Amino acid sequence: MNDLLWIFVSTLLINNFVLAYFLGICPFLGVSQRLDTAFRLGLATSFVMLVTGLCVWFLNTYILEHAPYLRLISFIVVIASTVQFIEMVIKKLSPALFKALGIFLPLITTNCAILALAIFTTNKGYGLVEGMVYALGSGLGFTLAMVLMAGLRQETDLAPVPRLIRGTAMNLIIAGILSTAFMGFAGLFSAG
Amino acid sequence: MLKTKPDAYQEFLKGLWRENPVFVQVLGMCPTLAVTNSAENALVMGAATLFVLVASSGLVSALQRWIPKQVRISTFIIIIATFVTVIDFSLEALVPRLHKELGPFIPLIVVNCIIMGRQEAFAARNPVPLALLDAFGMSIGFFFALLALGSVREILGVGSLFGVNLFGPHFEPWVIMILPPGGFLTLGLLLLFFNWIKERKERLVRRLDAMEAEAR
Repeated sequence: MNDLLWIFVSTLLINNFVLAYFLGICPFLGVSQRLDTAFRLGLATSFVMLVTGLCVWFLNTYILEHAPYLRLISFIVVIASTVQFIEMVIKKLSPALFKALGIFLPLITTNCAILALAIFTTNKGYGLVEGMVYALGSGLGFTLAMVLMAGLRQETDLAPVPRLIRGTAMNLIIAGILSTAFMGFAGLFSAG
Repeated sequence: MLKTKPDAYQEFLKGLWRENPVFVQVLGMCPTLAVTNSAENALVMGAATLFVLVASSGLVSALQRWIPKQVRISTFIIIIATFVTVIDFSLEALVPRLHKELGPFIPLIVVNCIIMGRQEAFAARNPVPLALLDAFGMSIGFFFALLALGSVREILGVGSLFGVNLFGPHFEPWVIMILPPGGFLTLGLLLLFFNWIKERKERLVRRLDAMEAEAR
């Protein structure tokens, strides 16, 4: 139980996918203008991560043992089809949510955080339960980073900032400061 | 293929500066930030991306007539994933130390938006030679951006370049530069610098225009 908690907290805060591993930077910079969209996208990504975690465990256990060179290709195919599937399900069940997510939904496929999750899970040799906890932690960590960034950006939109620095340059510097703050979490579990 | 020579040259040059994938289009941020903690890592990453981008652009462009529109994205991604697998295994065999250091970021080239973006925006609708030129230009632009970031971060963070010590024993390294926040900060400041250059150039052009109008 302790191990699972450790995996969860470490991916959520200490090894945050966005702020410590630089994964999923594109949506982090691109879709963080508004708080509610950022939050929804974070949740959708977390869900895709959970499904991917499950599929990856299945692939690793039953199929890839016989053909390790197909690893990358099969992962990306699984992710692309999961996203497609989720898109169809959401469209059927809740057209309102589908409309709200819009273009961001298909773009989850090219979010590197998800492929990275599949690769990390394989490299660390996690089992089913550990893998799912890991996926949940990284998904929520991604959501947390998105929400923090969106909140900060909404504030800076109102602040008198020189025109030259507005835009990506400022967002990156904000992200740098956020990332510095997250480094403080490294001391959270000194015993490991 | 009827295009004239200067056009082809333009396709190559635009990736270097005017449409530089990192500094202007702000694409492919994840590898840009993650592997540039030393100039050497940046170099290997740039070279690997160059191979994948050029190879997949060539193949996609050659196959464009046979790729059905509906499944083009999946087709592109499978082509890219194949080449990435090739480079992943080659690097593991040739330079195992660097492969280990770059870790999961070599397989992650698959989801580098620069590569996908070029397939969708250029390779799938242009003849092979042009697609190859475009891919070369873009990947060399990416290569230089990585190298610039990696050099700045290594010089400030470790006090060396390509492992060669620059400042002697009394230099106090800015450790933060090789840690994650350093990546964000360096890229942010570099972008700021490029914005400043662009702004200055625009102001100059405006002033020249005004002077010309006055003279008339």
